Amino acid sequence: MTSQSSDPVTGGPAIAGEPVSANGANAAAVTRRLSQRRIRAQHVRDYGIVVFAIALFIYFWVASPAFATGQNLLNLVNQNATVGIAGCAVTLTIIAGNFDLSLGAIFVLSEVLAAYVAVHWGVWWAFPVALVAGSVMGLINGLLVTKLHVNAFLATLATALSFGGIAAGVTHGGLLITPQGSVFTFIGQTRVVGVQYPVIIFAVVAIILQLVLSYTVFGRHLYGVGDNRNAARLSGLKVDRTVIITFVVTGGACGLAGLIDASTTGSGSSLTAGLAGQLALLAIAGVALGGSSIFGGVGSVWRTVLGVLMLGMITNGFNLLAVTPYWQDIVRGLLIIIAVAISLAVDRR
Amino acid sequence: MSTATRSPIRLVSIGKRYSGTKALDDVSVEVAAGTVHALVGANGAGKSTLGKVIGGVIRPDDGQLFIDGRPVRYTSPREARIDGIATIAQELSPLPHMSVIENVYFGIEPRRYGLVQWRRLRAQYDELLTQWGFELNGNVKVGALRTADKQKVEILRAVASDARVIVMDEPTSSLTSVETTTLHRMIRSLRESGRTIIYVSHFLDEVLDLADTVTVLRSGRLVRTAPVAEETEESLVAGMFGAAEAAEHFDKPQRSTAPVVLDVAGLNRKGVLADISLQIRAGEIVGLAGLVGSGRSELARAIAGADPIDSGTIAVDGSARRIRSSADAIAAGMAFLPESRKDDGLFLELSLAANTTFADLRAVASRLGILRLSVERGKTNSLLKMLSVEPPVSSAKAANLSGGNQQKVLFARWLFRNPRLLILDEPTRGVDVSARAAIHRLINKLAAEGTAVLMISSEIEEVLGLAHRVLVMRRGSITREFSADPPLEAVMEAAFGLGGGATA
Repeated sequence: MTSQSSDPVTGGPAIAGEPVSANGANAAAVTRRLSQRRIRAQHVRDYGIVVFAIALFIYFWVASPAFATGQNLLNLVNQNATVGIAGCAVTLTIIAGNFDLSLGAIFVLSEVLAAYVAVHWGVWWAFPVALVAGSVMGLINGLLVTKLHVNAFLATLATALSFGGIAAGVTHGGLLITPQGSVFTFIGQTRVVGVQYPVIIFAVVAIILQLVLSYTVFGRHLYGVGDNRNAARLSGLKVDRTVIITFVVTGGACGLAGLIDASTTGSGSSLTAGLAGQLALLAIAGVALGGSSIFGGVGSVWRTVLGVLMLGMITNGFNLLAVTPYWQDIVRGLLIIIAVAISLAVDRR
Repeated sequence: MSTATRSPIRLVSIGKRYSGTKALDDVSVEVAAGTVHALVGANGAGKSTLGKVIGGVIRPDDGQLFIDGRPVRYTSPREARIDGIATIAQELSPLPHMSVIENVYFGIEPRRYGLVQWRRLRAQYDELLTQWGFELNGNVKVGALRTADKQKVEILRAVASDARVIVMDEPTSSLTSVETTTLHRMIRSLRESGRTIIYVSHFLDEVLDLADTVTVLRSGRLVRTAPVAEETEESLVAGMFGAAEAAEHFDKPQRSTAPVVLDVAGLNRKGVLADISLQIRAGEIVGLAGLVGSGRSELARAIAGADPIDSGTIAVDGSARRIRSSADAIAAGMAFLPESRKDDGLFLELSLAANTTFADLRAVASRLGILRLSVERGKTNSLLKMLSVEPPVSSAKAANLSGGNQQKVLFARWLFRNPRLLILDEPTRGVDVSARAAIHRLINKLAAEGTAVLMISSEIEEVLGLAHRVLVMRRGSITREFSADPPLEAVMEAAFGLGGGATA
């Protein structure tokens, strides 16, 4: 009911009977006025997060001399690379109007499988196996959501349980230690001109996904499906296939993240505590904090990068300032709520 | 309780603006208690808006509403309901997952110790049905009901809550003639019991038959309020349209020798479409008339691949096509403008460029699927200009456009593909008068250039003004065919299944 009253379209603006020329001029003036007013409100949502990130950055810079050093910032990005890769990929799924809670489980199972084949088949096997395993898990999610019409939330919650269970089965609940000093630990434990490999991979993944989203037919299809599924279908798009691809990409990216983690730690662990347990939540929180719509149709990969790094920045900065960890969580939670509330308020207008 | 108050509803200098256009401008009306008061006007005249002001659905920008002589300022339909004013909206909004009974008594269930007394509720419901001469199973989920029955639920809900003013916004637009008669009988008995009915409608015969008083609106302004006895259909039309013609009329050149573009034979869908065959030639506009529920939208959707079919063949330009999805239909050269622009057509959050090119992104992309954004912008802008979309800016967001301009953007999407066959389901619904005229001219122009057009409209005048041939549908079949410019009465009668020629 309220949406009816605030909706300028269904209310049926009456401009009948006015001479056409005057009408056109009016409409132009109206649009101009409108766009001026809208720009302000939309700016808050669209770029408020950028301003806030800069403000936070400056605060930590001033408060802690150790913060704005190249080494610390690189560490910050490095620590958040796996969450960031998963977050960037799941941004595509979310823009297309779906959801994926199984990020962490795909990450863990891929990591465990990578470590397993590294130990038993040979180190080189780890790379394809992690990526393929992640993609296959994504495919399973996608098929459940499109072909069996299981709600994405429930489908990925359920597969997360199963994937996690398989990971525990493979490791018998413990750790798989991979050969040290081999190609396997190369990604996680060496640097190129002082930059950690995970940082480089994160950057490459983010840039590629952003380009796909902005400049390809596929990217445009994602926005269309997320914005209006029926319209996309009636415009001749094979909606199911598009949705499945987003899940596969997300699964593959989580596989990559798992590989990086296995390589960094030199092991595969099925313990869902720590990073793996939080991965899905942090990645999706990053998406929301960045300002992409959780309901689909609106969003960007760079926003997710910003969101994830902001969450990381809070941890990093507060650690430097010796603020107790529970405060970090409280602040991060509040931040997400504020960001989402602002974007909803602007939408409702 | 249910007795009418003697004081009327009084609206003084009501004004309402939407994005700068005046939907209502200085409208003053008095509604006497215990009468049926009709609000009439063309599309966009402000009649629904005025009804919504009374029902508390819309808050006016200017003016004052008096109920029982007391100034009120409703911020929600809930507040109006407390004063005994209930609204039955055009877009019905009951709780779809709950039963009819639960809907009717939602929020006013008889309770004891905080628990709903189901037995008493059922008894009350049965009593209500008998009282108003309705038939409706109370245990069915409302989501499964047809529109007409959903409307009954809303009416029952209004009388169950002892509303003394009921605002009905186009209540018969989705009803069959029998259901309309039933509704009118109910409205009369509501009036006899002292209730006041605000009846928003564009069916003038209904208004003349039913109402005591009628208020005519044009472009958001009051034309006059008069007793129905002083009005005729002609006088109302003159009031609604001023000096202008009711619907523009186009020349209809013979197309009987042009090649057949669409050839549909023996199309069936169980319970929806029965043995439909039709042909449309190049440059021909074929109008589909019929009541809501006659199967006209379903036929359009079936041809366009949006809904499945059980049997039948569809050929485009002489070659048989297997159409099982919208993608198939588009590949065959069809374009389909669906009935609901917002649900099935537009990408509201996306740019006009994205909306325009979505059905054929390959045309603005390299072979690897990389978009050429400047090409897209250029093509979109020239289409927007050609269709005089306001604003003609490819980066504008679709949600920020008026209804008429949004509809033009959907035309742009399909013109972008140069379709052989254009299927239009209610192409001017919810569109203001000037955009409507522009869309009519566009349809006529496309046909003149050789596009075959299948057009559906609830407004028979619109079909008659444009179509070279008119097919009338009833209960899922095509029951009658007219060549150019049949008399309106004949088409209406065929749609209602009246008249001797129904089998012709």
